Amino acid sequence: MKDSRNSLVTAPYLLWSVGFIIIPLIMIIYYAFTGPDGSFTTRNVGDIIYFVNMKALMLSIALSLVSTCMCLLIAYPLALVLTQVVEKNSSLMALIFILPMWMNSLLRTFAWQNILERKGVLNGILVFLGLQPFYIINKPPAIILGMVYDFLPFMVLPIYNSVSEIDKDLINAARDLGAGSFQTLYRVIWPLSLPGVISGITMVFVPSLTTFVISDILGGGKILLIGNIIEQLFTQDSDWNAGAGLSVILMIFIVISMIITAKYDREDG
Amino acid sequence: MSNKLIDLQNISKSFGGNLVLDELDLYIRENEFLTLLGPSGCGKTTTLRIIGGFETPDTGSVLFEGKDITNLAPDKREVNTVFQKYALFPHMTIAENIAFGLKIRKKSASYIKDKIRYALKLVNLDGYEKRMPDSLSGGQQQRIAIARAIVNEPKVLLLDEPLGALDLKLRQDMQYELIRLKNELGITFIYVTHDQEEALTMSDTIVVMNQGYIQQIGTPEQVYNEPENAFVADFIGDSNILPGIMIRDELVEILGARFDCVDKGFGENNPVDVVIRPEDIDLVSPGEGTIEGIVTDTIFKGVHYEMCVMSRGFEFIVHSTDYYPENIKVDLKVNPFDIQIMHKPESEDEKAVEIDERLP
Amino acid sequence: MKKTVGRLYLTLVLIFLYAPIATLMVLSFNSSKSRAHWGGFTFEWYLGLISNEEIMDAFRTTLILAFLSAFIATVLGTAACTGMQFMRRRYRSIIMGITNIPMLNADIVTGVSLMLLFIAARVSMGFTTVLLSHITFNIPYVILSVMPRYRELNKSTYEAALDLGAGPVYAFFKVVLPDLMGAVLSGFLMSFTMSLDDFIITHFTQGPGFDTLSTKIYSEVKKGINPEIYALSTIMFLAVLILLFFVNYRPHLDKENVKK
Repeated sequence: MKDSRNSLVTAPYLLWSVGFIIIPLIMIIYYAFTGPDGSFTTRNVGDIIYFVNMKALMLSIALSLVSTCMCLLIAYPLALVLTQVVEKNSSLMALIFILPMWMNSLLRTFAWQNILERKGVLNGILVFLGLQPFYIINKPPAIILGMVYDFLPFMVLPIYNSVSEIDKDLINAARDLGAGSFQTLYRVIWPLSLPGVISGITMVFVPSLTTFVISDILGGGKILLIGNIIEQLFTQDSDWNAGAGLSVILMIFIVISMIITAKYDREDG
Repeated sequence: MSNKLIDLQNISKSFGGNLVLDELDLYIRENEFLTLLGPSGCGKTTTLRIIGGFETPDTGSVLFEGKDITNLAPDKREVNTVFQKYALFPHMTIAENIAFGLKIRKKSASYIKDKIRYALKLVNLDGYEKRMPDSLSGGQQQRIAIARAIVNEPKVLLLDEPLGALDLKLRQDMQYELIRLKNELGITFIYVTHDQEEALTMSDTIVVMNQGYIQQIGTPEQVYNEPENAFVADFIGDSNILPGIMIRDELVEILGARFDCVDKGFGENNPVDVVIRPEDIDLVSPGEGTIEGIVTDTIFKGVHYEMCVMSRGFEFIVHSTDYYPENIKVDLKVNPFDIQIMHKPESEDEKAVEIDERLP
Repeated sequence: MKKTVGRLYLTLVLIFLYAPIATLMVLSFNSSKSRAHWGGFTFEWYLGLISNEEIMDAFRTTLILAFLSAFIATVLGTAACTGMQFMRRRYRSIIMGITNIPMLNADIVTGVSLMLLFIAARVSMGFTTVLLSHITFNIPYVILSVMPRYRELNKSTYEAALDLGAGPVYAFFKVVLPDLMGAVLSGFLMSFTMSLDDFIITHFTQGPGFDTLSTKIYSEVKKGINPEIYALSTIMFLAVLILLFFVNYRPHLDKENVKK
């Protein structure tokens, strides 16, 4: 099967990935370390120490950590329920993971404005039930909610996949050897589903860390995340060098988070 | 070997409208090596899973030492299972796998350590404590699965086709290993297999099943020599099964020829099924036997020759150490006690008269 | 009991996932243009939609873009997977590593990096640049869908076809591709959906006067979204819902027939 002629059909993709993946990344790094005149500088990357940028980065990290944890807390039981309630590839899975995507995600995020705002749907219901209304719109909790809402499927899907791949007889064997439901979950299902959990965590953490859309829509334009600052540098200020500098910082955080999760994966798997 | 340890009463189970077990009654005695034998889909695995607690029967009840355990969760039962594909926990070492049940029962560390060493010695795998399951061969994983089950000192060990994934040589070795284990542990084994040789080699009692019904219960000798019906005869070993007419006690007519036999009580001039094992047919010179035939095919099988003999439109399979070339004319002769007479099945289901030949 | 708790939990999550969608659907029938209160039932936005050139234009662009990018990505990605079967393991894992970059990297970084590339190459921003970008982030979805299927594939069918006198190309289209079709198709659908829903990468690679539905919505978020967009989204959503219903319902019917 090792025929070098046949492997040539990979060539178009290889060229494509060099042209549109590798070279653009090199360009970001190039812009990050040069000034407007093309000379070498570390000032762009160093911009992160400015209070505004640092505050945005810290807030991004905090919000994305919280939303990742919440996603995990919601998704894990959901994945367990799904493996018990549905057959694989059933329409329920499509209902959860595919169908919502066909309503534009910006619109869906935007709809939370209507639900959460002062006289919105949720408060309407709360008041109707005689409960205290609450106001989280344009505040960090609203952004966390938006993140959890947007990225929850990315947590559920890998966990569901890894849980449903566990051999039923392993669970039966645990029960057979005297483990109750909780013991089985804790000693067998959880450790075996860790790869799914790890990939879920990265798939939620990275987009949460780098979003500028959710903070724009649910933060009322008052809350700046690191994504918002980069977006403004590129589209409004046209300061590509500064934008590239902060992008490199962001990439460093992405790589760090991947190394951490990959390490956990190896230790437990 | 007299107490009913497990008693299955009137068990029915269906999956999605498919009846897998139909009003099954079966008891298992203490210290018995009982094998559920049958083709795939006969309900043998479902029966085992009902005993293990992984399935709940639609009707009927499961008694364990006289107590109803039909709805008891698997972790509360005094039985342990060796699963078909071993089901070793892939994220745990061999020692952790074996210790699993003991840790849950909160045994002391030193007790667990002793038990692991004892169990590994019992299955001839000393020194494998630190290995991971996927670094072991199929046969070794198999032994670990057994070790993991028996350290919990179950009263009954359930084995679901445990040798199915092993190759022939290993399978034969493991058969002796299992018999040895059974004798050393002195507990009840319930064994599920579709392999008649395994069943004949190891069992005290064989339960032959087909399509959710028990066809016959008996010792290996009884099941082999005195099959209750055509299904059992056909499933266990090669056999010639042909229609006959019971002329009177101890005389049966097959293919127009009359054979002496030893069976009685089938009435007079009643249609029956007749089983003759291939090794029980003697080929003799024309004129010396009961019925004439012509050899149509001869294959060398190592221990013996397998020959096809066409006789009055029926093709007999004959095993013999003597060689007869093709196209030669022969006569067939059968000793009266080698002819097994059976009732005709009443329906398509071959629902057998569920005769338990064990002494109660 | 346990099942009931599970179903209850599932229902709660579904309510969470569908609350915004339901809200948008309700708003698409709200005669009050201010979304804050209910002004009565109307079909106004649905009727107005047809004559709204701007929205219909963005809608057409979105669909064409999604189809073209998914199609090209599917061809390139499937070809790449096929070629990789003939490669040494080391090269294969290098290529898979590159493939993972756009999946793992942040969309914003992918977007700005492509933007910098197009600026440096002096390509004017517009449909072409967005299309190139969408193909780029779509190919990994195709590869990650097709590659596992290749691993399961029985290699001897391909060799059997060659043995029976088929050329490699003929053998691929007649024997290998039919087996891959499910994975190829799901890669295509995944790409199509991703392209349809993308905002961030489009945002950085679009030019003036170019709009997809996403960028149109984003530009309207602050000044208030035209309810005709709700109407369009509701129609799209219901169309897919009905489609999914039929796709999932048909095999179900077949099964019932077999039983009889």
